[in-house]
Amino acid sequence: MSELLKKDEMKPGGIGQGGSMERRYTGSWRTFVPITDFETCIQCLACWIVCPDSAIPVEDGERRETNMHHCKGCGICAVECPVDAITMVREGEEDDE
Amino acid sequence: MAENVALTGNDSAAYALRQINPDVVAAYPITPQTELMHKFAAYVADGEVDTELVRVESEHSAMSATVAASLSGARACTATSANGLALMWEILYIASSTRCPIVMPVVNRALSAPINIHCDHSDTMGARDSGWIQLYSENCQEAYDNAVQAVRIAEHPDVRLPVMVCLDGFILSHTLEGLEVNDDQDVKDFIGTLDRPDSLLNVDDPETFGMFTLQNYYFEFKKQQVDAMEKVPAVIEQVGQEYGELTGRSYGLLDPYRCEDADIILVGLGSTTGTAKQAADDLREEEGLKCGVLKLRTFRPFPAEQVCRVLSGADITGVLDRAVSFGLGGPLFHELRSARYGETAPMIDFIYGLGGRDLSLDNVKDIFRSLAEARDSGQTEPTTRFVGVRE
Repeated sequence: MSELLKKDEMKPGGIGQGGSMERRYTGSWRTFVPITDFETCIQCLACWIVCPDSAIPVEDGERRETNMHHCKGCGICAVECPVDAITMVREGEEDDE
Repeated sequence: MAENVALTGNDSAAYALRQINPDVVAAYPITPQTELMHKFAAYVADGEVDTELVRVESEHSAMSATVAASLSGARACTATSANGLALMWEILYIASSTRCPIVMPVVNRALSAPINIHCDHSDTMGARDSGWIQLYSENCQEAYDNAVQAVRIAEHPDVRLPVMVCLDGFILSHTLEGLEVNDDQDVKDFIGTLDRPDSLLNVDDPETFGMFTLQNYYFEFKKQQVDAMEKVPAVIEQVGQEYGELTGRSYGLLDPYRCEDADIILVGLGSTTGTAKQAADDLREEEGLKCGVLKLRTFRPFPAEQVCRVLSGADITGVLDRAVSFGLGGPLFHELRSARYGETAPMIDFIYGLGGRDLSLDNVKDIFRSLAEARDSGQTEPTTRFVGVRE
C-alpha cells in the first residue's frame, strides 16, 4: 500500500482528485448481471445515458460489453432498453442463460 | 456614504445581506427570522441584488442548497432560527467540514417543546460543536456589523469556515433601533470577491466533493478543522480592526465593560449584556459595588485565554446562560470554568430567560448583589442558579 498522506498534504474539506472510483473494483457489489444481446441491440445508447456508474463503454459510436469492474447490477439499463436487449441474471447463473 | 437609519435587527441583517449581495441565498421562513428573509426577498424582487434566491421546502434543503452553491464557488448565505436550525443539523456539519464560507444570521429562539417563538440560546448552543464560528450581537448595530465582517472572517484563506451571526429573537429582531450603516461601495470594497480554490463547476479539472474517507483519512480532515479554528481569533481581531478603520466601530473577540478595576464581573452573550452594563453603572454609582460586564462576541472559537486575562483581577465571576444543558448546567459557564482551570476565584452560573422570559434591570442588579454576597460570605453554593423560575 502506498504511504498515507499527512494532514497538511491533504486538500482541506474532503475534496480531491475526481474520477478516482475508476481505479476501484466495485463489481463485487453486484447481485444481478446485465446480459446484453447484441443481435437485438439497436445501438440507441439509452443504456449509456442512464447508467449511473458509467459502466457502459462506447467506442466509435457503439456500446460495447458492460464494464463488470464497475457495474453494480442496478438494472436501470434493462428497464430502459427500448428493445429489451438487456436481461438481468443472478450473479453466477449467467451460463444457465 | 454612511448614514443613520432606523432598522430592526431583522432589517439590519437583511440590509447587510443586500450590501454583501450574495450569489445565492437559499432560505425557508421561520419565526422570528421570517421578516429578515421577507426583506431580503424584496431586495431580490426589486433588483437591488444579483442574488439567486432559492425558495426551498425545508431548512435541511436550505442548508443543502447553500452548501452546494458554496462548493460551486458562489458566495452563499441563508438565515434561520430555532427548530429550523435544528433541521439543518446534518448539513451544518457538512458545511463546516467541506469548508464552505457560508454566512448565516441565526435569530435566536427557544427550541420546542413546548413550542415557543421567543429568545433563548438553546438553538445555537446546541450547534456549538458543529464546526461553525459563532458571533453574538448585543444590538441591531452589532447584528449588521457582524454580518458584514462575517464574510471576511469566513472567506479568509486561513479559515474557510462558516459563520453564524447570532442575534436575539424579538428582543433584537423585532426592535427598531437607530444605527449607522455603511456606504454600499465601502462594504463591497471591504468584503472583496470570493476566491474559492476549487469548484464543483470546474469541468476542466473535475474534483470529488464530499469524498468517502475511512479510518485511514477521516481523522486528518478533522484535525484540519481544529487547526483552522485555531487561526480564527487572529482573523476576527484583524477584520474587526480594519472594520474599525473603515467605520469607526472596531471589534474584537470580547467586549469588556468597566472590567479593569471590577471586583465582580458578569459574563454573557447577546442583548442581555446591554442590560448588564446599565446595572453595572447603576450599582457602581448607587451602591459602590465595583461591577463589570464581559460580553463574549465570539463564542466559537472559545476565546479562553483572552477571557481569563480579563477575569484575572475579579474576586468573583457570574455567568449569564440563556440555555441549559440538561444534566450539566449552563454551557457558557462550563466552558468558562474549564478555561479557568486552576483559578481559585469563585464562579456562579445564572441560567435565565429561557423561552424569552425577560431579564429586567432589577433582575441583573440582584444577580450582581448575590455575587457580592457570595464573595463576602464565601458561600457560593449552589453554583447553578435559575433566575426568575417559579418553584
